[in-house]
Amino acid sequence: METLLTVFFNVEIMKKVWPFLLQGLGMTVVLSLVVIPLGLAGGLGIAILSSLQRRWLNRVLIVYVDFFRAFPPLVLLIFIYFGFPFLQIDLPKFAAVALGFFLNTSSYFGEIFRAGFESIPRGQLEAARSTGLTRWQALVSVVIPQATRNVLPDLISNTLEVIKLTSLASVVALPELLNNARQAQALTYNATPVVLAALMYLLLLWPIVRLLSRLEHKSIALH
Amino acid sequence: MKQDLPPILELKGLVKSFGALQVLKGIDFSVQPGELAFIIGPSGSGKSTLLRCCNRLEEPDGGSVTVDGIDITAPGVDINRLRQKIGMVFQSFNLYPHMTALGNVTLALRKVQGMDKATADAKGRAALERVGLTDKADAYPNQLSGGQQQRVGIARSLALEPLIVLFDEPTSALDPELVGGVLKVMRELRESGMTMVVVSHEMAFARAAADRVVFMDQGQIVEQGPPEEVFGNPKHARLREFLATLADRH
Ligand SMILES: Nc1ncnc2c1ncn2[C@@H]1O[C@H](COP(=O)(O)OP(=O)(O)OP(=O)(O)O)[C@@H](O)[C@H]1O
Ligand SMILES: [Mg+2]
Repeated sequence: METLLTVFFNVEIMKKVWPFLLQGLGMTVVLSLVVIPLGLAGGLGIAILSSLQRRWLNRVLIVYVDFFRAFPPLVLLIFIYFGFPFLQIDLPKFAAVALGFFLNTSSYFGEIFRAGFESIPRGQLEAARSTGLTRWQALVSVVIPQATRNVLPDLISNTLEVIKLTSLASVVALPELLNNARQAQALTYNATPVVLAALMYLLLLWPIVRLLSRLEHKSIALH
Repeated sequence: MKQDLPPILELKGLVKSFGALQVLKGIDFSVQPGELAFIIGPSGSGKSTLLRCCNRLEEPDGGSVTVDGIDITAPGVDINRLRQKIGMVFQSFNLYPHMTALGNVTLALRKVQGMDKATADAKGRAALERVGLTDKADAYPNQLSGGQQQRVGIARSLALEPLIVLFDEPTSALDPELVGGVLKVMRELRESGMTMVVVSHEMAFARAAADRVVFMDQGQIVEQGPPEEVFGNPKHARLREFLATLADRH
């Protein structure tokens, strides 16, 4: 019992690594705040483009979405981070990580938004067009607000996945939460920093999980 | 109805195919200001496609569609501006469920005409008043009966002060007891001088309100004339058959 506490819940070590982990948490939050809005925007863009129903464009989009959903994000990250220098492209670490996550995340968000768009009866778009709205105006005023509401639980659930995904950035030593926790673990020969990081992840994600489950209950009640 | 004025709507040699299926086979059709033209015909004869070509929800393959003297199929026309003058009312209402009745009616005023909210709302309320729904301005579509929803659909067109309104089976999705309210609004609209093209199976309404009944079959206009002529003395065998099947159903 004594050893369990000193190895996993060592208060002395917690105090010592706390600022370092907090820095990591900060990086995790910043990375999420960059990747999630970009991924949402990219996903929405994919859905908008595929709603144009241009045959060639659609093929390109399908290939993009399928490819980046099938490609393991960890492998993608390693490819970009170690592959780009070979192409004489000098990408800062943060940008490389953000790019890798964007490619993965936008394809997932794209699928979700596309399902949302398809849930809106065609007639509404036609009604809007018949009153003179452009396709873009009809999308913005009629389709997107309803589509987003219809797939909100899926969007939030994917957002949750993206935040968890950011821990993969530790493989390229981006100083986010898991990376810093592992470093602290190695320096202190103690698992406490990782336990602390786990608690921080939980604290970060728990409100989102709560929100999600409330939304899901609400949508079950509605149906 | 003004016979001597140029037509509000004029179709010349209108052709439309879906793949190998030719749905409109050279339609010539014109509607005078203030006229109510009533289109009948069997399912699949091309009635909806005809209406949808009049505001280019479907792109015609050939021929011309002229609205108030402007060829709306000409290259470079601003179709979004022209569409505001061509109202359309749909069988399935197609209201925006996330907006109130007033929001539905004012959307185009705000987004297309750039009207400020107060002006648009005033105009929207006036349109809702014309369809007898003053007190439902703040209701959402799912709080309205089918008949009320369709009247909101009509108000959505009227708010833009169209030159002509196209109705595609406006009462077909309604429970029988709700049909009357919509037809009453259409009668009033007709009496106010609105130019209307109505696709419908409401033959009693056609007898009472239509200036002209047009019978379509297999992508062509087969016969047309005043309702008493078309219903009382049909010349073509296909029209007689069609009227007989309708009579059987009732
Ligand atoms: N978007 C489309 N793609 C392919 N075929 C179509 C399309 N729209 C209509 N059609 C076909 O064109 C023909 C005419 O259809 P249309 O809807 O104009 O007929 P309608 O006279 O309105 O019939 P109804 O009384 O059933 O509404 C039908 O055979 C229909 O299947
Ligand atoms: Mg039809």
